Amino acid sequence: MPFKSTVGDYQTVATLETFGFLPPFTQDEIYDQIAYIIAQGWSPVVEHVHPSRSMATYWSYWKLPFFGEKDLGVIVSELEACHRAYPDHHVRLVGYDAYAQSQGACFVVFEAR
Amino acid sequence: MSKKYDAGVKEYRDTYWTPDYVPLDTDLLACFKVTGQEGVPKEEVAAAVAAESSTGTWSTVWSELLTDLDYYKGRCYRIEDVPGDKESFYAFIAYPLDLFEEGSITNVLTSLVGNVFGFKALRHLRLEDIRFPMAFIKTCGGPPNGIQVERDRMNKYGRPLLGCTIKPKLGLSGKNYGRVVYECLRGGLDFTKDDENINSQPFQRWQNRFEFVAEAVKSAEEETGERKGHYLNCTANTPEEMYERAEFAKELNQPIIMHDYITGGFTANTGLARWCRKNGMLLHIHRAMHAVIDRHPKHGIHFRVLAKCLRLSGGDQLHTGTVVGKLEGDRQTTLGFIDQLRESFVPEDRSRGNFFDQDWGSMPGVFAVASGGIHVWHMPALVAIFGDDSVLQFGGGTHGHPWGSAAGAAANRVALEACVKARNAGREIEKESRDILLEAAKHSPELAIALETWKEIKFEFDTVDKLDVNV
Repeated sequence: MPFKSTVGDYQTVATLETFGFLPPFTQDEIYDQIAYIIAQGWSPVVEHVHPSRSMATYWSYWKLPFFGEKDLGVIVSELEACHRAYPDHHVRLVGYDAYAQSQGACFVVFEAR
Repeated sequence: MSKKYDAGVKEYRDTYWTPDYVPLDTDLLACFKVTGQEGVPKEEVAAAVAAESSTGTWSTVWSELLTDLDYYKGRCYRIEDVPGDKESFYAFIAYPLDLFEEGSITNVLTSLVGNVFGFKALRHLRLEDIRFPMAFIKTCGGPPNGIQVERDRMNKYGRPLLGCTIKPKLGLSGKNYGRVVYECLRGGLDFTKDDENINSQPFQRWQNRFEFVAEAVKSAEEETGERKGHYLNCTANTPEEMYERAEFAKELNQPIIMHDYITGGFTANTGLARWCRKNGMLLHIHRAMHAVIDRHPKHGIHFRVLAKCLRLSGGDQLHTGTVVGKLEGDRQTTLGFIDQLRESFVPEDRSRGNFFDQDWGSMPGVFAVASGGIHVWHMPALVAIFGDDSVLQFGGGTHGHPWGSAAGAAANRVALEACVKARNAGREIEKESRDILLEAAKHSPELAIALETWKEIKFEFDTVDKLDVNV
């Protein structure tokens, strides 16, 4: 098979699991995902970690999981507060499913500066 | 009350047709689709199936009076017409729990689908469904880890997992094979898979493959910052050899191994699943040979039974077909048996082919694996059909990318995440599939090229094995 000049070079990217291959979400897109977590009945959890530990199982909780929180605005302000407090950390939002004891959703909202 | 010995041949229905019987919660229930020889009454054929799959033989024997056969016999308790089919009928049979060894799927199948399938009074016989009683289920090991544990181990949440089988499936050296694994994983897949045909052939012995694959997985994890795995096929010619391969995978710190549960056999599978539970290893299950057994609509065993048996024998992921790809599979039927793999209770629902209520209790769930002839255009339908607790595997749809496997992997990952994002945002992803994929491709040249490459490929043939319904 002769070399075709149309072949591109795929560069490996370091990603942070789910949604790591999409461009950064706009504010509205983040709201959509938070609304989905709340609509499923999952508890929102905000977690953060220094990039050097991003593969670790346990990231630090921001406060505690927001059990039963239904107000989208509250979650947004907690995410932003966490980001302000730890600007050099990744911040992710988890939708915690207590029935499955698993995470129905999990994605990074703010990457470390 | 004692009985007298009366030598000779009795009609099966005198003993094994009991329409007044109310099944016990501890009974194992089976539904067979029966096609008898012409002229034999339904009750007699159905009773014969109950007899030949439990305590009966063709002639009365003196030694049956040494026990209480009424306690042990299987009974046909109901006969139903098959919708749209005049020559066949459903026979529902109840088997007492004590007919089966605890935790032995091998034993259940030896009884239920043993001699009876060759019985001359039958033209065809198909085992459509089994209701396993909770009392039996609690004796089975089941999935070594289950869906929740696998997600925690692999750190994958909120989406289906993404995999692909390494191709060409035969003929690569260990080092070249590891290269393809590396390319797929660095491109964004969660898993790669040994083809089922890969065991330990002259061109690539298993130990050599395992070592190169382990290095590929490690490199990809380091470079991407994500957890990765490769299903190392431990299917072998002897159980000893199988365990040796599993042990070596563990020594190499690999997260997941693989077994072919029908060709390898239920005994081997149950043993390996137990080993996996003990050793913290995930277990991927392939199903070679299933279509020989499950494809004919009137003879054999329906795949929903084989799927239930696997959940009991043990496996963390099982192939289920894709509905949309190159391999056989009707949508409603597939949804019916993926429920059997993943849910803790599945209600009777004939529109999905489930003949009984099935309570799984605390048995962990199994990921449904969709693999075979699928590509990026199928992604929205696959996410809609299979939901998050699935592994979507694109073989040709990864390696066939004009830029190679890494770019193919990235294209699939972008498409998958775009579909999940759109679904969560409340969009109807099957209806809007084209828009969702084209929007995502604006940010991904890899996806744009993949969409162009596979735009015309479809596999639209009629399903051979359909649900029995009146049209």
